[in-house]
Amino acid sequence: MTGPLATIRVVRAFGPVVEGEAVVSAEGFSPRYDLDRWSGVITKPGHKLEGTSLRDKICFFPTAKGGIAAGWAFYDIKHKGIAPKALVFGVTNPVMVQGAVFADIAITEGWDRHPAEVIRTGDWVRVDPARRVIELVRRAG
Amino acid sequence: MYLTPEEEAMLRGDRGEAVRDALAYQLRVGEFFDAARFVPITNAHMMGDIEVMGDGGFDYLARASAKRARCSVPTTTNARCVDFEFAARLGQDPAEVDKERRLIERLREMNVLTTDTCINYQTLYQPHLGEHVAWGDTGTVIYANSVFGARTNFESGPAALAAALTGRTPEYGFHLDRHRKGTLVVRLEARLDDLADWGAVGKIVGEKHQSYYAVPVFAGGARTPRADELKHLGCALASYGSMAMFHMVGATPEAPSIEAALGGNRPVDELVIDDAAIERVYAGYDLKDRTCNLIVFSGPQLSLFELKSLAERFGGRKLHAGTQVFATTSNGVKSAARRLGYLQALESTGVVVLEGVCFYILQNLSPMRVANGWTNLISNSAKIVNIIGAHRFNTILRRTQDCVEIACSGKLA
Repeated sequence: MTGPLATIRVVRAFGPVVEGEAVVSAEGFSPRYDLDRWSGVITKPGHKLEGTSLRDKICFFPTAKGGIAAGWAFYDIKHKGIAPKALVFGVTNPVMVQGAVFADIAITEGWDRHPAEVIRTGDWVRVDPARRVIELVRRAG
Repeated sequence: MYLTPEEEAMLRGDRGEAVRDALAYQLRVGEFFDAARFVPITNAHMMGDIEVMGDGGFDYLARASAKRARCSVPTTTNARCVDFEFAARLGQDPAEVDKERRLIERLREMNVLTTDTCINYQTLYQPHLGEHVAWGDTGTVIYANSVFGARTNFESGPAALAAALTGRTPEYGFHLDRHRKGTLVVRLEARLDDLADWGAVGKIVGEKHQSYYAVPVFAGGARTPRADELKHLGCALASYGSMAMFHMVGATPEAPSIEAALGGNRPVDELVIDDAAIERVYAGYDLKDRTCNLIVFSGPQLSLFELKSLAERFGGRKLHAGTQVFATTSNGVKSAARRLGYLQALESTGVVVLEGVCFYILQNLSPMRVANGWTNLISNSAKIVNIIGAHRFNTILRRTQDCVEIACSGKLA
């Protein structure tokens, strides 16, 4: 067995170990402002991920956007079966953390290198909150 | 995290399953943020309605109520998604409306005051300097921290409810002195004559410094700001910037001077906002096909002063044919507006005044948009034009009087 192709260390983390396909965003995120909560697809006009489904994805976002209502939204989309597997933030806010913890979705904050340097959308990654690392398992395609 | 003997007992289940689960959840959140301990709170304000909670949240609430979950501090609710008097007229889904009724019953069983307002800080409770509370939505948080000098983080629905049940919240973020100091300076050189101008300030600063821990220090305003102006400023900062606190020199309690507000921090940025900067905000909106059949005064709910001003601005004129105008407020403010005649004036113009809701979270909003042929949404609230995009509205910020003129003339410039 070979080790990961690349590793990102995160500052804070919660949740189970998860693996999945990466979605790397250059724009921040709110599950209320940007996401259609019935399909799991980013629908905000002009969002850099417009049209992208977050279902079962490991999502990398530089920032979180406003929004107390987001706290229930993660639980809601998980209940509907369209939630992402993990949320990896550069900088987040308490609502995202409270919401993800409530829904038992892995969430991390802070990174020692920008994910876009090593991970591209479609790559397969593993999030290990207890070890506070994100590992690139294999490249897309 | 350090736990007091009382908290240890809660975790063991001495105060029931609901309190045990709530504290265990708070502990996980507190550990994420390296909180050293819990702090007692005096008041909680929570968001909880069927639109934001969905069936999953509804089931959770039913289970919590069945476990005899009861709030231990005064707890109020934020704006919700249904004004029952208007649900049928707005084409809201009867099944969801019925769930909303049952959801409210569950909250009342849990000793929640279902006040349904996002302007609790103007109408219900004004915490004092240093008082710890657990509030959401974001507009309530930034007002509490900034204008009252009270202490709260953004507490989402599940977190505020947990705090209400246990009577405490993890001590991180804006409960701590170190996060309350200014991090950047903003000099106000614009006239800021309208509420929308204050929202535009929040948009400029918030977009440039998107961070929960960014704390702008405003200085140099032409006059002392009114509560509604600070409300629109705060809501926009929180919305565009995810910010939870600002200072305004000479106006807010932790800012007797720029230096005091910065508390030793070297500002990461110094901005100047003049009239040209505000005008650039208004000029920056894509007007699409220039349809203007929807004008919304909401997000945050309107104060009595705002409703009075709106009634005077419309002045008995009629809306342009096919144009719909909505304003939202609390039950208390709407009742007062009715007694004082502002409500009748607005309704005779054709303005629909909804109570206990926010336009942004109205149940069934996306289908409502399609059914009414709405594409552009015009508002004097910088917050709502930012947050409603997922429902596929094209949004345009305009000053209050411009909104009124657009509503009456049917012309968008």
